[in-house]
Amino acid sequence: MNVISLSPIDLTMAALLVVALAFISFILKLGLTNRIIIAAIRTVLQLLLIGLVLKALFAHVSLLWVSALSVLMLLIAGREVMARQQRRFGGVWGYGLGTLSMFVSSFALTVYALIVIVGTDPWYTPQYAIPLLGMMLGNTMTGVALALDKLTTTAWQQRAIIEARLILGQDWRTAIADITRDSVRIGMIPMINAMAAAGLVSLPGMMTGQILSGTDPVEAVKYQILIMFLITAGTGFSAILATWIGARHLFDDRQRLRLERLS
Amino acid sequence: MATLRLEQLQVQILKPFNVKVTSEIVCLSGASGSGKSLILRAIADLIEHEGEAYLDEKKCSEINPVLWRKWVGLLPAESAWWHDQVGDHFQPVKDDYLDKLNLPAGSLDWEVSRCSTGEKQRLAIARLLQLKPKALLLDEPTASLDAESVKRVETVIKNYVDEFNVPVIWVSHDNEQIKRLAHRVFKIQNNEIKEVKV
Repeated sequence: MNVISLSPIDLTMAALLVVALAFISFILKLGLTNRIIIAAIRTVLQLLLIGLVLKALFAHVSLLWVSALSVLMLLIAGREVMARQQRRFGGVWGYGLGTLSMFVSSFALTVYALIVIVGTDPWYTPQYAIPLLGMMLGNTMTGVALALDKLTTTAWQQRAIIEARLILGQDWRTAIADITRDSVRIGMIPMINAMAAAGLVSLPGMMTGQILSGTDPVEAVKYQILIMFLITAGTGFSAILATWIGARHLFDDRQRLRLERLS
Repeated sequence: MATLRLEQLQVQILKPFNVKVTSEIVCLSGASGSGKSLILRAIADLIEHEGEAYLDEKKCSEINPVLWRKWVGLLPAESAWWHDQVGDHFQPVKDDYLDKLNLPAGSLDWEVSRCSTGEKQRLAIARLLQLKPKALLLDEPTASLDAESVKRVETVIKNYVDEFNVPVIWVSHDNEQIKRLAHRVFKIQNNEIKEVKV
């Protein structure tokens, strides 16, 4: 099957829909007009840029360049995680916590998938490594941001309860256990829902993309299953890790609740 | 006889002070915002502070904080509850504090959201005493209670002191109550803690 190439006019016609949405948002005074337009422009620029970067990367397979782009993607995802939290940790923790959790789980699982499952040669072949890592980071980012946001805002709201539990002789883990459990659940539920609905309610983006570009649907489905499993595991592990480290950092070595560590 | 000793204890803007409380009720008074609750929270090691607290010459900073907090039972001014049912906040041991505080045995089956402020406060006192703390830090324990319940709580605490010989620091604004209970009184004025006459 040949891929039908999209012309700039085709994309402009799609863009008109977004412009129409921005206009209606303006009429309805939703306060989203500027954000819609800026987000749409960002999408175009960012995707064009990554398209060019990937083209260059695919032409020159190099571990150094793949690593550099991966680290850049991680740092941007870390910043997004931080920005999505209402009450975040101050200082280096605000940025480091989400970034570290995503690094540990996304990178480890992507490397595992490349070496053990897909078996590309070399293992860092950018055509596989970058899209895989991108999808991992994109989803774990959402999971970690949701989990950390839930953790910090609930701890803030339930300060009296946490301290009451400490007073009655519970250790920090028990005193905040209900909140950490809820936070991890909140971080993981979107992916679990996505797995449950895949194929029935929604056709996942990657699979759709592959099918549109002419791949056999069964092959596309196999890759999609791989991705869904990787993403779910990655999101879950990152959410657990980030929540656990975050919860620990809410207490000091004398197990005192230190909410002033949140900004 | 347990002894609670505070040595050069300092919290935020309060000046450092030394106090030794044996088996007695020491009342702490002072204007709102003068730092009474902060002192109790510092003794319970819930907030950062300078100086040291000792219970029977055991140094707070050298004791596991979980154990320390079980020893020095702090009752905050407002009780907090995290399960739906009252009984889920209690240890499954038999004691008669509920009865002594005029709460029926069935109160453990109550839903927390249906309890009045006064009921919650008496339940919180029963919950604390059940853990048999070696010292009591009470932050206005009777502020939300009616006259009869106030008397009852006072009796229960006095009996607890007599039975277990524990030191008690009782934050109170009520001069009549202070006269009824206190063996000694400390007052916070101008960021300084001084012993005053009962």
